[in-house]
Amino acid sequence: MAQQQRPTTRVGKAADYLDQRTSIGALVNQLARKVFPDHWSFMLGEIALFSFVVLIASGFFLTMFFEPSMALVRFEGEHPAAMQGQLMSAAFRSTVEMSFEVRGGLLMRQIHHWAALIFVGSIVLHMFRIFFTGAFRKPREVNWLVGALMLVLALAAGFSGYSLPDDVLSGNGLRIIDGVVKSIPLIGSYLSFLVFGGEFPGEHIIPRLFTLHIFVIPGLLIALIALHLFLMVLQKHTQYPGGGRTDRNVVGYPALPVYVAKMTGNFFIIAGVLTLMGATMAINNVWNYGPYDPSPVSAGTQPDWYILFVDGALRLMPGPGWEWVIGGYTLSMNLLIPAVVVPGILFTLLFAWPFVEARVTGDRGEHHVLDRPRNRPVRTAMGVALFVAFMVCALAATNDLIATHFSLSIFAITWVLRVLLIVGPVLAFWVTKRVCLGLQRKDRELVLHGHESGRIVRFANGEYVEVHTPLDEQERWLRVSYESPAPLEIAPLTDSRGVRRAGYRSERRWQRLSRFFYEDRVEPVTPAELEAAHAAHAHGRHAQVERPAAAVGAGTERPPQERA
Amino acid sequence: MKALAARRHHRLAPVVLLLLALLTTGGIYAALAPSTANAETVSTADIETGKKLFQANCATCHGANAEGTDGVPSLVGVGAAAVDFQVSTGRMPMQMSGPQAQAKPRQFGDEDTAALAAYVASLGAGPAIPTDDQVDAAQGDAANGMALFRTNCAMCHNAVGAGGALSEGKFAPSLWETSERNIYQAMLTGPQSMPVFNDANITPDEKRDIVAFLVEQREGSAGGNALGSLGPVSEGLWAFAIGLGLLIGAAVWIGAKSS
Repeated sequence: MAQQQRPTTRVGKAADYLDQRTSIGALVNQLARKVFPDHWSFMLGEIALFSFVVLIASGFFLTMFFEPSMALVRFEGEHPAAMQGQLMSAAFRSTVEMSFEVRGGLLMRQIHHWAALIFVGSIVLHMFRIFFTGAFRKPREVNWLVGALMLVLALAAGFSGYSLPDDVLSGNGLRIIDGVVKSIPLIGSYLSFLVFGGEFPGEHIIPRLFTLHIFVIPGLLIALIALHLFLMVLQKHTQYPGGGRTDRNVVGYPALPVYVAKMTGNFFIIAGVLTLMGATMAINNVWNYGPYDPSPVSAGTQPDWYILFVDGALRLMPGPGWEWVIGGYTLSMNLLIPAVVVPGILFTLLFAWPFVEARVTGDRGEHHVLDRPRNRPVRTAMGVALFVAFMVCALAATNDLIATHFSLSIFAITWVLRVLLIVGPVLAFWVTKRVCLGLQRKDRELVLHGHESGRIVRFANGEYVEVHTPLDEQERWLRVSYESPAPLEIAPLTDSRGVRRAGYRSERRWQRLSRFFYEDRVEPVTPAELEAAHAAHAHGRHAQVERPAAAVGAGTERPPQERA
Repeated sequence: MKALAARRHHRLAPVVLLLLALLTTGGIYAALAPSTANAETVSTADIETGKKLFQANCATCHGANAEGTDGVPSLVGVGAAAVDFQVSTGRMPMQMSGPQAQAKPRQFGDEDTAALAAYVASLGAGPAIPTDDQVDAAQGDAANGMALFRTNCAMCHNAVGAGGALSEGKFAPSLWETSERNIYQAMLTGPQSMPVFNDANITPDEKRDIVAFLVEQREGSAGGNALGSLGPVSEGLWAFAIGLGLLIGAAVWIGAKSS
């Protein structure tokens, strides 16, 4: 017996050697059989993960040649011609030299920068997926926080890396950061001096950003990625709703061989696409911007896309009248509002959302089946509204390019976007909510009456009826197996003895918010309703069923109905 | 000599010295100052032709004697360089009113343009058309040109001359298609919203350096497709359109394979 179990292949022998010393076999066995559900949108996080791997690999290469110093030097290389004999910082010179003198240096720089843009992009898309499908609900609130923290770190990584070459473009970005830091009341100027080691630009910021960029931020990111993935495995992956999928199971494929193969393949695709982009599309040609000097600012100065919204908010903010001098101290609301308050609101919303939503839903259950976005109209509408606000700000940051490329007046664009920043999200919220409710009603109709078949039948009495084909089990499951929470019910102001209850006012506020979320809603079809509809269909009395169903649809506009 | 040396402490000596110094500087300036009104080899016949062309095509707005009308500048003293720039880039005669006159296919050939320039130059002294030597990029220093461009031009024209927006629908055009002579003339005459960079401000040699830098930009930059050289906005757009487009496409493909 013992003889039979001895592995014969080379891989088997190596695995056995390892297992005898670590007993890792049991763990591998468990992981290999772990089941993951399948959907393309579950791979958005994977794109982020693998672009991070590419970032680490290419970044490692770049650190071999980058010189994080602001010492003043003269460029002595041949290429590019526009840099010959110019004075610049050592950081800038080493960036140009690694691009023109180091074999593969420019390719690596470009891969690194493209990967950074894709990294943040895929994180944002991944978050959209999580948000709109409600994957942040219990038990995954902590993992949402970990993810949101990683988004902040990714922005920090991006911005610190963008600033490292010490070129005119990124220097202008740092100058804006300096202004924003200085606008913080009371501690602003001290903070700015702390960050830059004296008056801007000083001689310390590049080495400091370098330490953050290659050591602190990636270190934290790696730790958080490990935690993120660990929690994902521990809590199991969520799955889209569908036949047989419940909060107590996971329907999918085993990690080995299916997902290991898919993930490996995806890694090569991602690395391949990033390399292709780095090889064919120029990005951040710093020698075009020139070495940093605080005096010039060129047209078309913008940050990388993920910081555009802050730049745009700054451009939209009216200047005059917003710089208040109070008792000899200047309070720059024109900087504080767009550059501190706006991102503050965005990130507060991001971090607080799972907890706020759980509170207004009165929800304490575990959720492993995802929501269809239409089934949570207010959440979906809020997400779209936030996206619209983000896009308006991002567009505002590109106002000069819009002006030249579409022959528009830059002032007109700014005013239109100012109005849109207020009106756009409200409008987007309203439209999205209506669309969601409409889709839910359509689902109800489908479940109750089936698909339109296009076959018209005329009865002997002359009545025409279209024959509907009923939904199959899978289709119906998708449309009826969701929860439609009702607004919170709270105990009355006074208890049974007529004494005012403590905490009533706070509960009342939460109830109001809860009403905002769930007052308008469409209930899923209940088995009883379905049976009634089927019975009516069976008798060919189609017209009678139509009316109560329509009444239910309209009734959802009013305060919640009581339903068994 | 001895007499002169003896009087060097005279109380009027500083005044005399000052006068001498002023005379010398003035004299040197008169000798070296950029001669604006170049006595070119233009015949009176050219000027006559130019005058006729002017009266037929330009006088409606600029006045019969180029003295200007309401909101339209006088052309007395703008010089041949301004005329050559405006007419050879097609900006003048203007086709329609708008925030600014836009470049379009030119309406006059070289000879007619030269005649118009000669006529306007005859009205009053102004900057002359630069010589081929003055705009020869091969003689310029692109590195110095870039440094000058960065401090003087890039805030409107973008770091490498891709163009940029100005207020109220006006814009600084892209410079990649502009001829060397036109770039030089624009600096010299400051068309439309552009400030004049006279020869005291940016010397002729420095202007040539700037021309050299801009000529170098026509070949594009290292690293592949320049994506319009518009900076991070176009890079972000392409990161989403191409990068994430391809990667999400791949994800859909991978996700679809099993189900």
